[in-house]
Amino acid sequence: MKLPIFLDNHSTTPMDPRVLEAMLPYFVEKFGNAASRNHAFGWAAEEAVEQARKQIAKLIKADAKEIVFTSGATESDNLALKGVLEMYKEKGTHIITSSTEHRAVLDTAKSLEAKGLATVTYLPVDKYGMVNPQDVQNAITDKTILISIMLANNEIGTINPIQEIGKIAKSKGVLFHCDATQGVGKIPVDVQAMGIDLMSFTSHKVYGPKGVGALYVRKRNPRVRIAAQIDGGGHERGMRSGTLPVPLIVGFGKACELCEQEMVTETARLIKMRDRLQTDIMAALEESYLNGHPTNRLPGNLNISFAYVEGESLLMGMKDIALSSGSACTSATLEPSYVLRALGVGTELAHSSIRFGLGRFNTDDEIDYTTKKVIEVVTKLREMSPLYEMAKEGVDLKSVQWAAH
Amino acid sequence: MAYSDKVVDHFNNPRNMGSFKKDDADVGTGMVGAPECGDVMKLQIKVQNDTIVDAKFKTFGCGSAIASSSLATEWLKGKTIEEAQKIKNTDIVQELNLPPVKIHCSVLAEDAIKAALADYQKKTDGQPTGTK
Repeated sequence: MKLPIFLDNHSTTPMDPRVLEAMLPYFVEKFGNAASRNHAFGWAAEEAVEQARKQIAKLIKADAKEIVFTSGATESDNLALKGVLEMYKEKGTHIITSSTEHRAVLDTAKSLEAKGLATVTYLPVDKYGMVNPQDVQNAITDKTILISIMLANNEIGTINPIQEIGKIAKSKGVLFHCDATQGVGKIPVDVQAMGIDLMSFTSHKVYGPKGVGALYVRKRNPRVRIAAQIDGGGHERGMRSGTLPVPLIVGFGKACELCEQEMVTETARLIKMRDRLQTDIMAALEESYLNGHPTNRLPGNLNISFAYVEGESLLMGMKDIALSSGSACTSATLEPSYVLRALGVGTELAHSSIRFGLGRFNTDDEIDYTTKKVIEVVTKLREMSPLYEMAKEGVDLKSVQWAAH
Repeated sequence: MAYSDKVVDHFNNPRNMGSFKKDDADVGTGMVGAPECGDVMKLQIKVQNDTIVDAKFKTFGCGSAIASSSLATEWLKGKTIEEAQKIKNTDIVQELNLPPVKIHCSVLAEDAIKAALADYQKKTDGQPTGTK
């Protein structure tokens, strides 16, 4: 087993060597511009891009023509929200989204709001982080133009009832955008069955290269139109100009193909490892709390709060394991995770949260090592914690008058 | 963000971690911070003849907060009450090489020192210093 261990697969994933292999010919040998229509270099590039488009479309049960390449999921989210608002502004300017969306959606919505281009409803979530479809239905007005709800949450892995929301959107004639960045390649996605009109996702979360992503844009029932946010040569049917990064797209395609082929076995393997990690840690450590939905969540996700210890110090104690925390100390702002707060997790427990993100290249040995290390470090830090000491003495921490600073 | 070697050292080998009985007459206890802010420091001093003969801490917080309080206990030992009053958060920042975003950890440590000293002085109020 090699250290450090990478258990932060929600942030990014290592590229699969098979993906790299597929990409290699497209740097030096087949370097053509996919938009060059008049020579063999261009044709080879175009062929490779179209092949990748098919591989990607197949993973999400879409048509290849419905895939628009972007630089990543953040751009796709921006393009979906801004593009729809600009294209359909005569029809309405109201957006419905949820409070636990990724910042690429939330900040885009806020920016549209600040510019006076949209009014936005931010729906609450339940204690597991799930959006209630009934809330979506109730929030729809005659001005609602777009619903944007994520497939699976990046911190807690909770999977939203997308199909039900899709049905509501369809029945009300409202467009439905889904930020599926964390879900695509990990759980089955079917844009038809789920009633999705626009969907953002990215290559580097599915063991492909960084720098390329896609926006699915429905072509039929209804034909969705978006206003381009980057103008130029009219690539991607005019929706996103810019020379296509052929090697990245080839890698993205190969990565999607592998996810599709291996999803069933990989999901079973991840769930087994994840559940073992969860069971062993939570059995050994009292007052550890699972964040997110107990079952309806991403196979590789585990988010636990360890009462009385602070997240960043936990990460520091486990230096040879790459993890992430909802603690304020790990963010640029001084606020702990807004996702955990939206679930109703207390601020002190949000500070104490650790996110484990398991992926394709993690092994049983790594999980064993992590389990041991987590138990050891939490125990050590609790010994050091005045809060743990007080709790052991029977002091109700909520009754203490803290000198907030 | 990379931690300075000194922060890492204090985090891995905390000095004087633990507790005194807070009701003892020669012990001063300072507890500052709040759980919802992500850091709480408890700092205790044991005083004999106006001199801090021992110090202990317990901290809930990030590595820099733990290191700041660990360092504070090291510095407090052997100092008189008057000398201890003069420990400034900026000294801690400098010694641990804390980045701007972690300065509040040093402020908290200074507050904890002041609170522990004040608690001890309140206990001994009206009595000549140095008596037990």
